[in-house]
Amino acid sequence: MPGRVLVGVKRVIDYAVKIRVKPDNSGVVTDGVKHSMNPFCEIAVEEAVKLKEKKLIKEVVAVSCGPQQSQETIRTALAMGADRGIHVEVSGKDYENLGPLQVSKILAALAKKEEAQLIILGKQAIDDDCNQTGQMTAALLDWPQGTFASEVSLEENQIKVVREIDGGLETIRINTPAVLTADLRLNTPRYATLPNIMKAKKKKIANVKPADLGVDLTSRLEVLRVDEPPQREAGMKVETVEDLVGKLKDAGKV
Amino acid sequence: MLLRKVSQSSAVCGSILRNPAVLSGSQRQAAVVLAVPNGRLYASQAAQAVLEKPAAVGSDAAAKAEKKSVAAESKSFAVNMFKGQIATSQVFPFPKALNEEQEQFLQELVGPVSKFFEEVNDPAKNDELEKVEDHTMEGLKEMGAFGLQVPADLGGLGLSNTQYARLVEIVGSHDLGVGITLGAHQSIGFKGILLFGNKAQKEKYLPKLATGETIAAFCLTEPASGSDAASIKTTAVLSPCGKFYTMNGSKIWISNGGLAEIFTVFAKTPMKDPKTGEMKDKITAFIVERSFGGVSHGPPEKKMGIKASNTAEVYFEDVRVPVDCVLGEVGGGFKVAMNILNNGRFGMAAALSGTMRGVMTKAIDHAANRTQFGNKIHTYGAIQEKMARMAMLHYVTESMAYMISGNMDSGATDFQIEAAISKIFASEAAWTVTDESIQVMGGMGFMKGSGVERVMRDLRIFRIFEGTNDILRLFVALNGFQNAGNHLKSLQKALKNPFGNAGLLTAEITKRAKRKAGLSTGLSLQGSIHPDLAQSGDLTVKAIEQFGAVIEELLVKHGKKIIDEQFVLKRVADCAIDLYAMVVVLSRASRSLSQSHPSAQHEKMLCDTWCMEAHDRVMRDIKLLRSGESKRLFNNMRSISAAVVENGGVVSPHPLGF
Repeated sequence: MPGRVLVGVKRVIDYAVKIRVKPDNSGVVTDGVKHSMNPFCEIAVEEAVKLKEKKLIKEVVAVSCGPQQSQETIRTALAMGADRGIHVEVSGKDYENLGPLQVSKILAALAKKEEAQLIILGKQAIDDDCNQTGQMTAALLDWPQGTFASEVSLEENQIKVVREIDGGLETIRINTPAVLTADLRLNTPRYATLPNIMKAKKKKIANVKPADLGVDLTSRLEVLRVDEPPQREAGMKVETVEDLVGKLKDAGKV
Repeated sequence: MLLRKVSQSSAVCGSILRNPAVLSGSQRQAAVVLAVPNGRLYASQAAQAVLEKPAAVGSDAAAKAEKKSVAAESKSFAVNMFKGQIATSQVFPFPKALNEEQEQFLQELVGPVSKFFEEVNDPAKNDELEKVEDHTMEGLKEMGAFGLQVPADLGGLGLSNTQYARLVEIVGSHDLGVGITLGAHQSIGFKGILLFGNKAQKEKYLPKLATGETIAAFCLTEPASGSDAASIKTTAVLSPCGKFYTMNGSKIWISNGGLAEIFTVFAKTPMKDPKTGEMKDKITAFIVERSFGGVSHGPPEKKMGIKASNTAEVYFEDVRVPVDCVLGEVGGGFKVAMNILNNGRFGMAAALSGTMRGVMTKAIDHAANRTQFGNKIHTYGAIQEKMARMAMLHYVTESMAYMISGNMDSGATDFQIEAAISKIFASEAAWTVTDESIQVMGGMGFMKGSGVERVMRDLRIFRIFEGTNDILRLFVALNGFQNAGNHLKSLQKALKNPFGNAGLLTAEITKRAKRKAGLSTGLSLQGSIHPDLAQSGDLTVKAIEQFGAVIEELLVKHGKKIIDEQFVLKRVADCAIDLYAMVVVLSRASRSLSQSHPSAQHEKMLCDTWCMEAHDRVMRDIKLLRSGESKRLFNNMRSISAAVVENGGVVSPHPLGF
């Protein structure tokens, strides 16, 4: 039976906010903008807490990599039922360049340090939509992975995962320790109740630096430019099929 | 030179106060000492008499006023304003009532509460079903919404007043029916236990009340006793063995009456007067459990608004209430009731500022997008004026709510006038803002689907319950007069010993002379407010000076009979409300300017615009109160009213003759 579960939670711009690109096109505006926990991370936390409530695992540890404000995200996880938190402090330029490769290195190091038997992450973050961290972490640890999970059942020394794939649903059985990534239909995250938020204040959040874990944060990617999606242009009406084919040829589409 | 001045002081003072004789008098209980032109002395129980009657004014106020005349000067801005003085400690700077930890905690709470109300609570459904949906009630209980201010060690969240206000604002912006269900439970229903309960009572009742396992209700009103709360007829008679009271009576319009398990009930208990030995009926507050037997309730009332909130009659038939369920002192129930209501008032202003925010968003969205006559309607002056007024009314209400909750959290005990002002202002502002929002939205505003008509219906009761605005206006005015009267009394004492009080008397004489001449008396807000707001500060100071003067003039003119001059009292209260509002926005805008908030210039505009109009209103009312016209106006209205009452309807016959 897996004892300790690591859940990754990412602080992202709230899904309801209208995103605006910075005037210098270097990124999006984040100052003063409402942030919250990535929705798929919420589903991951919910799944971990559910497993603990079913007594299938012993401890849920919430992890977040980022600046000071990431602690708020960890506290939300604690209010949902995680036992303790780990804040990996990354700020400034390092934070701007933080991507799946760096985070997966951090998670792999932490998993070894904390002797975790299960890592549950959201399938992707709603800001960068990378959908890589779970897969990279599994590879670095050489653990099996169950991604896009819509159903998870813990068995003796294995985990049965139903995955959402393009063709439908795929059921696989993997050995533990393993990495899972949560998809939308895995569960419905609970509301953090006010008494739980109060109790969460007493739970511990440990502070760790990437250097302590021996992780190199250099990025291999450089963001050149961020632009808004092109404005949708007006369409055209055509009378006949010939007209349509003609217009398509003119536009170089056929 | 000083001696000469002082020896003339009697005469000078007298001529200015229009009173040749020395004021004097003693009083047994809180009373207003007033001078009468022909020199006779009046020690009046005027205030006491009126204090016994209206619901919102209580013996507590009487006791407090008496203490004040002997104890330290009150720090309340409103109290001092009636004396023509500016006491800044409670209003400048704008209170910062949360430490870092409290602020951080509160920020964490705002998200989940908002989310719950956006996603789970369905206000339209609650209104239609005329009850809060079961799963919503369960969710609210789990969320901890039923014990926000219960101490954490008894199962609640232990929130301060400011934190409570912030959360209640969220509830107010979404669903007032739910707001009243929660408020009737914790803001008044079991507040008595929090404020007056002994350790045993707190430990017995609060844990289950905090989780919502048991619901509470506040039972004061009876069929024949609304504003006149002191006249209640429910009785509680002590048993011969002295172990329990037998309670009989019926209460009406009790929120949560049909749901509650724990009732805070006010009943008349016969008591022996220790001095005279005669039996008197005094009000005592009790904690009554439904499980005591004999407690029943009627069907839910059909209301105009807050339909989701349960309102019912509650009957007590030979209910046996153990003596350890007495809340506070036997015979001290009136004080308990008034304190409970006073303590919860700031919550109303906070909730209603949330309500206003909500409806304004809808109206603004409509005005920004609706095109008529070729332009978006927000470009038209008629709409712009409505928007501006809404913004100002919201700004004032919000500022009042958080100023008062901030004062309470900082330990202020003297805030009853301000709390009453905030209730009056918030309930009327919310009504106006919602009404105008519907107007801006046109036909859409009238339709159920927009959700604004429901808010309008929900809001109507706020001007009525928890102390009708009419009674609260009388309370504000009379409380103010009482304090001003006490101030005059202390001046009169000083006159008895002019040499010892030379400085005070000279100052007072000079002040009055300057005021009469229309000169500034040296009052100033400079140093308290941001220099950019100097002009509005000036308007405020001028208005306060004249207000102080007219209060004195009215006291001298009417004497103890001021309590019957309700036409006058209403206008005095309106001035007090406007003045407090001016000061509150000056404080808030000053803070924003000093801290260079991005919205500082906008807030300056809100503040300046408000002060311009409020100043004019106050001066107009003062002018009316000073003019001979007012007497004729009020008498006319009295006669008109008497005639229609006598006629049982409109007096003038139909213009067509039939």
